[in-house]
Amino acid sequence: MTKADIIENVYEKVGGFSKKEAAEIVETVFDTLKETLEKGEKIKISGFGNFVVRDKNARVGRNPQTGEEITISARRVLTFKPSQVLKNVLNT
Amino acid sequence: MEREKSGAEAHVMTKSDLIDRIAEKLKLPRGKAEEVVNMVFESMENSLKQGERIEIRGFGSFEIRNYKAYEGRNPRTGNPVEVQPKRLPFFKVGKELKERVNNGRTTADGAPAADAPPSTPGNGPTTT
Repeated sequence: MTKADIIENVYEKVGGFSKKEAAEIVETVFDTLKETLEKGEKIKISGFGNFVVRDKNARVGRNPQTGEEITISARRVLTFKPSQVLKNVLNT
Repeated sequence: MEREKSGAEAHVMTKSDLIDRIAEKLKLPRGKAEEVVNMVFESMENSLKQGERIEIRGFGSFEIRNYKAYEGRNPRTGNPVEVQPKRLPFFKVGKELKERVNNGRTTADGAPAADAPPSTPGNGPTTT
């Protein structure tokens, strides 16, 4: 499934929008999610899951190919934690 | 269950906040914005239910991972428990969003991260 399929669903099932409008709204949904996460905010979508931004400290890692030690710099990463509802849906 | 690491927390956007933002940005009736947002997540849920992969360019991808049964332990009592096989969604952040989130570290709170990595890929833990 791609964004185009989601747009198609919105167009067909929500109704009241042209395809172009449906596309614009779906784009805005993902743009808004990205803007919010970029600011370091957490997003909770009930029934689906939480997108959480986490700060990671610098640490020493290894190049798996050469075994050489390298410093992995501090960074901010995004993780997704599925909701219990979604987990249940996937396992029934 | 929630373990927040330092820093990026405080603000939370809920689905309801997201709906408000969409309605505001696009001057849509809130009810319509709500229908659309619900349809977006419902579409993704249905897709995952069918075991399908989802790819949203610039955002990330979701796929179903199958886990085998294993013998786990109740962390409180230490008693062995049988964990059933399960299917869980796995999210992999897209390149654009990954970089934006990491760069937001330096801009969001104004605290310059002296060691902020240039957003070049390849110096981090390699993900598939």
